[in-house]
Amino acid sequence: MSRSVVPEAISRQPWQMLVPLFGLVLLGAAVLYSAAGGHLQPYALSHVIRFLIFLAMATVISRLNRNLFRAAAYPVYGVIVTLLVLVELIGAVGGGSQRWLNLGFMTLQPSELMKPAIVLVLARFYESLPAPMTASWRGLVPASVLIGIPAVLVILQPDLGTALAICFGGAVCMFLAGLPLSWFLGVGAAASVAAPIAFFTLLHDYQRNRVLTFLDPESDPLGTGYHITQSKIAIGSGGIFGKGFGNGTQSHLQYLPEPHTDFVFATMAEEWGLLGGLFVLFVFAVTLTWSTNVARRAPDRFSSLLAAGMTATIFFYVAINLMMVMGLAPVVGIPLPFMSHGGTSMLTNMICLGTIMAVNRWNQTNRTRL
Amino acid sequence: MKIRFRRALAKRHMSMGTLRNSFDRRSLVIGALQGGIGTILAARMGYLAIFENEKYKLEAESNRVNLSLIPPRRGWILDRHGIPLASNRADFRVDVIPERMEDAPRTIARLGQLLSLSPIALQDLHDKLDKVNGFAAVEVASGLDWERFAAVSVRLPDLPGVVTQRGFSRYYPAGPSVGHLIGYVGTASAEDYEKDHDPLLVTPGYKVGKDSLEKIFEQDLRGTPGARRVEVTASGRIVRDLDTRDDVQGKTLKLTIDAGLQDYAARRIGPESGAVVVMDCHGGGILAMASMPSFDPNSFSDGIGRLEWKMLSDDDHVPLRNKVLRGLYPPGSTVKPMVALSFLEAGLDPGESVFCGGGLRVGNRVFHCWNRRGHGQVDMAKGIYQSCDVYFYHFAQRIGMNPIAAMARRLGLGQEFPLPVVGQSYGTVPDPAWKLRKYHKEWQTFDTVNATIGQGYFLVNPLQQAVMASRIASGRKLIPHLLHGPSDEQAPSLGISQEHLDLVHSAMNEVVNGRGTAGRAKLPIANVQMAGKTGTAQVVGLNVGSGKGGLWKHRDHGHFICFAPFDNPRYACAVMVEHGGGSGAAYPIARDVMTYLWDKQKAMDTLLDFEKQWGGTPKQRLDTRYRTYAAQYGVNVPAISPEEERAKVREAEDTQNEPQPIVSDAQSPAPEPVAPGDGAPAPAASPTEPAGASDSAGASPIVGGTQ
Repeated sequence: MSRSVVPEAISRQPWQMLVPLFGLVLLGAAVLYSAAGGHLQPYALSHVIRFLIFLAMATVISRLNRNLFRAAAYPVYGVIVTLLVLVELIGAVGGGSQRWLNLGFMTLQPSELMKPAIVLVLARFYESLPAPMTASWRGLVPASVLIGIPAVLVILQPDLGTALAICFGGAVCMFLAGLPLSWFLGVGAAASVAAPIAFFTLLHDYQRNRVLTFLDPESDPLGTGYHITQSKIAIGSGGIFGKGFGNGTQSHLQYLPEPHTDFVFATMAEEWGLLGGLFVLFVFAVTLTWSTNVARRAPDRFSSLLAAGMTATIFFYVAINLMMVMGLAPVVGIPLPFMSHGGTSMLTNMICLGTIMAVNRWNQTNRTRL
Repeated sequence: MKIRFRRALAKRHMSMGTLRNSFDRRSLVIGALQGGIGTILAARMGYLAIFENEKYKLEAESNRVNLSLIPPRRGWILDRHGIPLASNRADFRVDVIPERMEDAPRTIARLGQLLSLSPIALQDLHDKLDKVNGFAAVEVASGLDWERFAAVSVRLPDLPGVVTQRGFSRYYPAGPSVGHLIGYVGTASAEDYEKDHDPLLVTPGYKVGKDSLEKIFEQDLRGTPGARRVEVTASGRIVRDLDTRDDVQGKTLKLTIDAGLQDYAARRIGPESGAVVVMDCHGGGILAMASMPSFDPNSFSDGIGRLEWKMLSDDDHVPLRNKVLRGLYPPGSTVKPMVALSFLEAGLDPGESVFCGGGLRVGNRVFHCWNRRGHGQVDMAKGIYQSCDVYFYHFAQRIGMNPIAAMARRLGLGQEFPLPVVGQSYGTVPDPAWKLRKYHKEWQTFDTVNATIGQGYFLVNPLQQAVMASRIASGRKLIPHLLHGPSDEQAPSLGISQEHLDLVHSAMNEVVNGRGTAGRAKLPIANVQMAGKTGTAQVVGLNVGSGKGGLWKHRDHGHFICFAPFDNPRYACAVMVEHGGGSGAAYPIARDVMTYLWDKQKAMDTLLDFEKQWGGTPKQRLDTRYRTYAAQYGVNVPAISPEEERAKVREAEDTQNEPQPIVSDAQSPAPEPVAPGDGAPAPAASPTEPAGASDSAGASPIVGGTQ
């Protein structure tokens, strides 16, 4: 009965996930405030404003009808693939690589939008696939093509990190869709054979260096290993309680590369210590657990795959970024969701979140209907 | 079996229900994996922040805090009266650290513009940059005025790798006069750093002693560097000072040198290649030790440029050799007072005389006296003051070489002294045992004849000659020293009877103040009489040249040893003028240097007159020469290779091991007292008849050829 006090539109929102998330965004804003030397500009203020705008957008997404999602899946995918081709063409004409399109009022990175789009299109694909065909080539080949086209286009840019994210999101969808386990094991075995070959033939020099540096960052502390070393110094020197707000020397004296984007976690950990780090992990744990539960509660194949795929995409961002700043993965340009300064990644993550919130709403309406 | 096999291959039937089940299971697996990765991340973070906290705290601190050393002020070097021979002056300087430069050619070009460096200076800078290993700072310019310093300082943010500094640089007020005595300082070389891993050595602005006293007393003069802790950004920009520790200046070094006398002696040598040593007859302290031509240690401290190097190597007077310690010359007749003392000690009656008719026949050979007309009846005193060779030929044969060689060593010839110097060439005091050891040949009569007049194998350096003069003057075993100490205790007696010394003193007084060979050396000071002995050492046989004129390389060396006052010796002095044409080139220098000790004004007047003819002080003449070279060669001098540099230095220093040609005959002494001029070498016609014999002529430079 207490629900009657607040309007239903508000009480219906998943506050158990949103409140910790607000806390994370505010912590992110505080870190960005400190990274800007104690100023709201240029990072902190725009970070919060963007979050609010994209939160409104996510709320709008969450209000959308399931059938609209279904209907939009293939067109949206098609448009984004077209944009990727367009980027490739403009890059070829302009000379050198390009990842974004200048729309005049903002720059758009189509590869980012592909991350939620691939999940959407695969969810739609597997929903329409008759169950008995799941374990046949018809369950595998079309999905592989759907993943392969954008992945190749993005690799050509070249942007290995995003391509991996697209593949990861797609692969998780395929896995959850129920494709035979032996296929995944087979692919895994093949990849472990192919990876060393690809490493020496396909990768660009700078990518190869990043991997080598990751394996032994101290081999070149002033060169390519610099990022990892400085990031570990920032995190390690923070200790349990941190150096205090505004007192991070690694970020303020510019030892830390990209203290406001890719390495924002290191910036945070230096000033807030282990406690701050655990808080960040806690919020992500809450968010992802909630998302996973939403997926598991979803009544139909489409919604459950959609929510689970979106969860995996967010997870991929978080895991790769945190592993990178702690020296557990090579340096790839992937920002930390909800903390790093940057519009595109915030947009992608809020699309994912909005979609999960939509599934959550469908669950609720289902339940009320039942 | 068959059926089961087929069923295993057969497609599992999939329905919506099984897919839902599989989704539930697999999403649980993925959730668990995510949880697992989250746990790993938390553990990893805990490990970094707790277990490795100390390590990373330190690293963050060493990132943030930059400790820069402040080069300590070098200890001063003072003369006996406290006048600085080497001091420091406040200085604005600009260095570059090659490793930190982003665009070296552009940075250097910009610095050249801002500091208005000449093309020659730029070339030298490029040479230094080529040679250096990245870690060390390279001096671009020092001694800058405020405008140029500020011009670079304000542009530092655009010039990474450039360091501007207010500091101190070494200054030698007397310039070239103390070059060989004090040495110079310079940027530490890679070898210096190998030996001594003090980080101070690679601190911009710090210089190590490179030669002589600066090198020997490096550790004492160095001092303790100050330090500045600053907070820096990753790009090296200084955010703020944390704290500063002042430097501790190096220890002061006080020498026995008299700065005025040292400068005077060096300048008085003039354009000649020569050396002057003045010693205190009471304690053995060295008052002056000048070797010319020299280099300006002030201009060496920024490295030796191509032009400077060319000037040095073109000069046949070997400016890099410290002739006081490294120059070995036959002493000529300056050994005669020493030989006379050995005669006296062997029991020779000083009154015993011999007739000199211009030569002495021994067997079927005739040994000539320098004076071919003969000296008539000659006793010991006359033998010294007239420098009669026949007297010494005659009695040396009676006494034998061994007592003479023993006396030579007792008086300091052939000896090395415990001096703080980078090297001494001790020369040769020949005796039969030595010859047998070195050449496996028996000692011959002509060897004795040559040795008694300071020719043949006899080689000494000017310091030894000064020590000999001081020991003859004092009768004490004076040990030359450079460091001014409180304990000027009396040196032990040499054990030579005072009677013998008095006799030799009075004969040496006669050389200058009586009927001797150096009448013009008389001091222009009332009541102070100087005693001395001339020496003219032949370099080539008379068949090659007269020793007076002709090729510089063929002229005789001029020597003079002296002490004053003769009846109560206070100062002893030795002068050597290499290829000066005879003792006439040496004793005027000795006279003026000794005059300076009693009447500075009078001595300076004489010097200034000379310097008008010579074209100024040594410093001014070096500068003129540099300008001529700069105009003539500009930047077209080839670079110096390190091997070439080492070879040249070895040539200047390694005099002890120069091959000494075997002497197979008596050497004809060169005429002594005929130099008419004061100072400038005055070639005089040789009074001797042309060389008769030609059996052993010319092949080796020291071998004479008359019989």
